[in-house]
Amino acid sequence: MIKSKGERIYQIAINIILTVMCLLAVIPIWLMFMSSLTDNDVLISAGYHMFPTEFSLEAYRYLFAKGDEIGRSFLISVFITVVGTFASIVITPLLAYPLSRKDFCAHNVLSFVVFFTMLFNGGIVSGYIMWTQVFHIRNSIWALIIPGLMMNAFNVILMKNYFAQNIPPALIEAAKIDGAGEFYIFWKIILPLSLPILATVGLMVGIGYWNDWTNGLYYVTKTELFSLQNYLNRINQNIQFLASSTVAQSAGAGNTTLPSVSVRMAIAMVGCLPVMLLYPFFQKYFVKGITIGAVKG
Amino acid sequence: MDNRKSKAIRLKRQIPLFVMTVPGLIYLLVNNYFPMIGIFIAFKNIDYSKGIWASDWVGLDNFTYLFSTGSAWRITRNTILYNIAFIIIGTIVPIAVGIMLNDIRGKVRPRLYQTVILLPYLFSWVIISYIGFAFMSGDSGWLNNSLLPALGMEPVQWYSEPKVWPFILTFVNIWKGVGYSSIVYLASIVGIDKSYYEAATVEGANKRQQICYITLPLLKSTIVMLTIMSVGRIFYSDFGLFYQVPMNSGAIYETTQTIDTYVYHGLMELNDISMSSAASVYQSIVGFILVMAANILVRKVSPDDALF
Repeated sequence: MIKSKGERIYQIAINIILTVMCLLAVIPIWLMFMSSLTDNDVLISAGYHMFPTEFSLEAYRYLFAKGDEIGRSFLISVFITVVGTFASIVITPLLAYPLSRKDFCAHNVLSFVVFFTMLFNGGIVSGYIMWTQVFHIRNSIWALIIPGLMMNAFNVILMKNYFAQNIPPALIEAAKIDGAGEFYIFWKIILPLSLPILATVGLMVGIGYWNDWTNGLYYVTKTELFSLQNYLNRINQNIQFLASSTVAQSAGAGNTTLPSVSVRMAIAMVGCLPVMLLYPFFQKYFVKGITIGAVKG
Repeated sequence: MDNRKSKAIRLKRQIPLFVMTVPGLIYLLVNNYFPMIGIFIAFKNIDYSKGIWASDWVGLDNFTYLFSTGSAWRITRNTILYNIAFIIIGTIVPIAVGIMLNDIRGKVRPRLYQTVILLPYLFSWVIISYIGFAFMSGDSGWLNNSLLPALGMEPVQWYSEPKVWPFILTFVNIWKGVGYSSIVYLASIVGIDKSYYEAATVEGANKRQQICYITLPLLKSTIVMLTIMSVGRIFYSDFGLFYQVPMNSGAIYETTQTIDTYVYHGLMELNDISMSSAASVYQSIVGFILVMAANILVRKVSPDDALF
């Protein structure tokens, strides 16, 4: 293939633009990483720098030595991510599969019941009152798992479309003629054929759980139940509190003690490291999920 | 008689399928449908000591109060203007990136660029607020201690300067989302038949002409669909973006507060249920009307692109 001059210039131009975009994505992460490696005194006197003058592993050493609170919130994050994702990956296909069956008499009605939740919702306040006043979910581990995150209409529709497009009805018919029951078919035929979509949805839900801090913000005040993101958010709230009230400052800040700046950045690194480390392995499924979602069904 | 019997048998055979849907339907019922009933809260003066059911009905008082304070106008304006900016820029930039990702040559580079640009999407808003603070904090932030001095500019107190926030929030939103949306567009671009471009090249069309006359027209239906979905959600805002990135700083509410952060502020920080439930129901109802309107409009203009 002969490359024209224009094509060569175009290739150079888009390489430059995309490189700049990659730098914009990476530099902020770099600044966070470097701050966690900066000596705390330098951080306070000289501020945040891309290349710190004084490196120190003190923040990470502190996390390992005194990090039982952080360790606990890390475990809570892991727990809610595992349990929530598992529950999601059970109930989502169970609902999506019958909806994908054209011969299921209720498939239209129930599809609408699912879809309607995308059009209309009761709002934050009534949801909050229901969870706290009717289900008394406040300060329990379920508050971090159940509200909002476990299943959404988008994922149900995504799976439903996947089943409808990838599983030939003849296969189900054949299994039925052989005497297989619906649950047997679901478990032995449908699920094994749907691993890519299960991986994709599980991944998106899992990232959602790991990164969630809103449920904790609304429903959890007990620090023993904080996930890592809630822990980070609480530090943020304390910073705001100290910044806004001079009284608290002069009174020695009362009971709000802040971890040092570099420790804060180290905790933030711990908060995003698992996702970043696993990302190369699941990127394929993640991109596939976005792509399937992009195709209208 | 025979017909009815076979119908009964067919229905009986479908019982397992009904059973499968039960856990998911219960979840939707509790998580999504119960709160819809809870909308009545906005028409009551909630008093926890009496309980939700026994609290007094106040009609539209909560709404009258909300609209008389002036904050209703501010949060509506902010929510809508931000969304308009996000829709316009959030369409143009990802399409440009999608086209570039599709055109880039080589085996490793396309994947590498895609991977790196998607990274910010994986971070929680809390983490992003930490990063933002490292850039923008008053005396120690990188912008004030390195970039602005290098450009010969005065330091800015970012968290108390309302003027700068429309730009910051738009930038952060695009920065976090561009990887995701560009993959959505890339998926459509990859699906375009290569022979169109070959024919165009033979006819001597340059890159710009190919983009304007082949790529963009064929992306139209994806663009329309994503735009309707965003227009339908124009009354909603990303709570994380507007709460975490400005670090909930009261000094800049004028340009950063949206309906979602207002509802949170009222409910959790001021304990003003009447006001926040009114704002929350205002959002649900107007939001619903807008989704329906957007869809009706599209069904008129190009029926194939309508959502339902």
